[in-house]
Amino acid sequence: MSTLEKTEATPQTETATTTQISGSQAVLEALIHEGADTIFGYPGGAIMPIYDALYDYNDRLNHILVRHEQGGIHAAQGYARTSGRVGVAFATSGPGATNLVTGLADAMIDSNPIVCITGQVFAALLGTDAFQETDVINITTPVTKWNYQVTDATEIPSVLAKAFYIARTGRPGPVLIDITKNAQIQLFDYEGYEKCDYVRSYRPAPIVRHEYVEQAAQVINQAKKPFVLFGQGIILGKAEQEFKHFIEKGGFPAATTVMGLSALETDHPQHVGMLGMHGNYAPNVMTNECDVLIAVGMRFDDRVTGRLDKYAKQAKVIHLDIDPAEIDKNVKATVPVWGDCKETLPLLTSLVEKRDHSAWLQQFRELEKEEVKAVIHDELNPTGEVMTMGEVIKTLNELTGGDAVIVTDVGQHQMVACRYAKFNSSKSNVTSGGLGTMGFGLPAAIGAWYGAPERDVIVVVGDGGIQMTIQELGTIMQFGAKVKILVLNNQFLGMVRQWQQLFNDKRYSFVNITSPDFVAVAKGYHIDGNSISERENLYSALKTMLEHDGSYLLEVMVGKENNVFPMVPQGASVSEIRLK
Amino acid sequence: MEKQEYTITLYTENAIGMIGRISGIFSRRKINIESLNTSPSEVEGIHRFTILIHESEEVVRKLCRQIEKQVEVLKAYYNTNEELIWQEQALYKVPTEIIAEKAPVERLLREYGASAVVIRNDYTVFETAGHREEIDRLTSELGKYKLIEFVRGARIAIIKDSAGFHSKLKQFERETPSPEIVENEYLDQQDDVFTM
Repeated sequence: MSTLEKTEATPQTETATTTQISGSQAVLEALIHEGADTIFGYPGGAIMPIYDALYDYNDRLNHILVRHEQGGIHAAQGYARTSGRVGVAFATSGPGATNLVTGLADAMIDSNPIVCITGQVFAALLGTDAFQETDVINITTPVTKWNYQVTDATEIPSVLAKAFYIARTGRPGPVLIDITKNAQIQLFDYEGYEKCDYVRSYRPAPIVRHEYVEQAAQVINQAKKPFVLFGQGIILGKAEQEFKHFIEKGGFPAATTVMGLSALETDHPQHVGMLGMHGNYAPNVMTNECDVLIAVGMRFDDRVTGRLDKYAKQAKVIHLDIDPAEIDKNVKATVPVWGDCKETLPLLTSLVEKRDHSAWLQQFRELEKEEVKAVIHDELNPTGEVMTMGEVIKTLNELTGGDAVIVTDVGQHQMVACRYAKFNSSKSNVTSGGLGTMGFGLPAAIGAWYGAPERDVIVVVGDGGIQMTIQELGTIMQFGAKVKILVLNNQFLGMVRQWQQLFNDKRYSFVNITSPDFVAVAKGYHIDGNSISERENLYSALKTMLEHDGSYLLEVMVGKENNVFPMVPQGASVSEIRLK
Repeated sequence: MEKQEYTITLYTENAIGMIGRISGIFSRRKINIESLNTSPSEVEGIHRFTILIHESEEVVRKLCRQIEKQVEVLKAYYNTNEELIWQEQALYKVPTEIIAEKAPVERLLREYGASAVVIRNDYTVFETAGHREEIDRLTSELGKYKLIEFVRGARIAIIKDSAGFHSKLKQFERETPSPEIVENEYLDQQDDVFTM
């Protein structure tokens, strides 16, 4: 097939003079035209022509040499999440490409706009089990929004234009372009770069149907106990303001998913907390009490819904989503409002009556008091000797004021950070939500810093997760990303241990993990650090970390067998959430 | 929900790797594809997939939405057998001597409308087309008379109510589609689903 035919783009301002360039140069020209100024990559045999061309583009493109391709794509994800732009990763064929797979899957499920360029063996060698040949297209098909193999350099400008267009529009996602070595070398008549804004068989967003917006407003206006759930769709749609207007006019209590964190500032009077397995008590319980559930840019993940047949059965469900496949996938929508929430929310807001649901909101606050009493107070103000993860995050909040980017890895520390970290502005939370990728944190934080270098970027990471991608300390060492690394060390793979304690009779099976001297390891990479285990040092140690000009690693020894509560046990209804 | 036969009809771009892309959506959910046919469609350059599965309507609807999400897929439809004209083709290789010797075989072939494609001294190849049950019945009958080889083709189907894809394709053209264009068949049924 010819992709060129289908990528009819509007002409941009570009000189029509034809020059001969190589496929590799065309790749780099595309990145420049797409505004992709930062590349996270790792060279290798099959991508050498592109790296050779990169030698001459050093002044226009910032290439960060990561220490592992997985680190490269996680960094691209972090970059995309804090900048709102497309993240770019380079890898070579074979093992380079297969090392991207975890990151692709993570980006796919969390809707990160990513373009990966992989080198491939010469087209003539395809299918011959050539050195470092893998069938990257087939391997990555289920974990990419789109992928395509280029064997002819003339295709490169239009294919890359299409790749960026698909990655960033609609529900964003990762795109992988596999380019054979001959195509990278091949010279061709370059007629300039044209951005893509149309692909015949691809419709980024469904057309908004006004009658369903009207029906949704009708249902909402009759609601006595409306409840809004919001997800990352708000951030991806850049609709934070539209969303705030919507909930403020309607007076709705609003709860976030893990991925939606920071779309609405934590201190907003109508923000009632986080949903899900380790979310807050009130929003979980009230899901089964409300009469109208308004879901905005979220996908009813099983970690949010718990047992589906006991999920919000009493409520009418209004579901706003850009992805038609999400409507009715897990929870049946009474009224589906398809489309980009940037477009649908203002329409809905204009039809929603101004209301004050303060009595209803107060019910959330009452439940919140119960949670504070049973869980939060002791977590944030422990009287025991050992430190809790919660008090570390609380102290961090005091120092950052909620202005920092908080990146997390996966596990107990992630849930604690998501529960207690304060966010003042959007795009401040970077975490692996859908895939739950341990090892995501450190490299994602590097990318997050390049995406927002003016901000404080703090990665909260466990002693298990950091050991999965600890090699990326080398990337920090070489390129100077000012990432603050906060290791919460409980000397266990904490979340699995918690489950083994609660559900497997405390049969601790391979959750006891030993760690190196993290401060010494950091020192080996010329990164300053400190380790503390006494509460009295917590504030000053965090302050030192934040004030340090450059990357810094702080290890905080926390309680070994602390658990994250509340918790919705697997297979239980959200209203059966346990406070202990 | 009750499982039954559904025929999924897809209109796609003619891109490399489409079968793998689409079949992965089924295999991911451990759903067996009963038959799969790809062919050109009434529109030049647009490919048509006909996929037969045995599933509940809810699952089929979700599958179709997932399939439509694929960049190269333009449209996915699903239909029950009642909504379709459908055919499957079969070829039979039978020893020629059996047909010559045994009158019932010839009667059988005539009864099922099978016609000879190749006649040789050693064997004859018959062809027939029809519904699955008829073909299955003929196959089991012929099994009694030294059936050497048998193959059945994938289902192909015409949707009774379809006006074809020429007009539908206009929605995908560059010009912004008009607002009255239906995004998905499901939305048409929303009036039935929606109750205040």
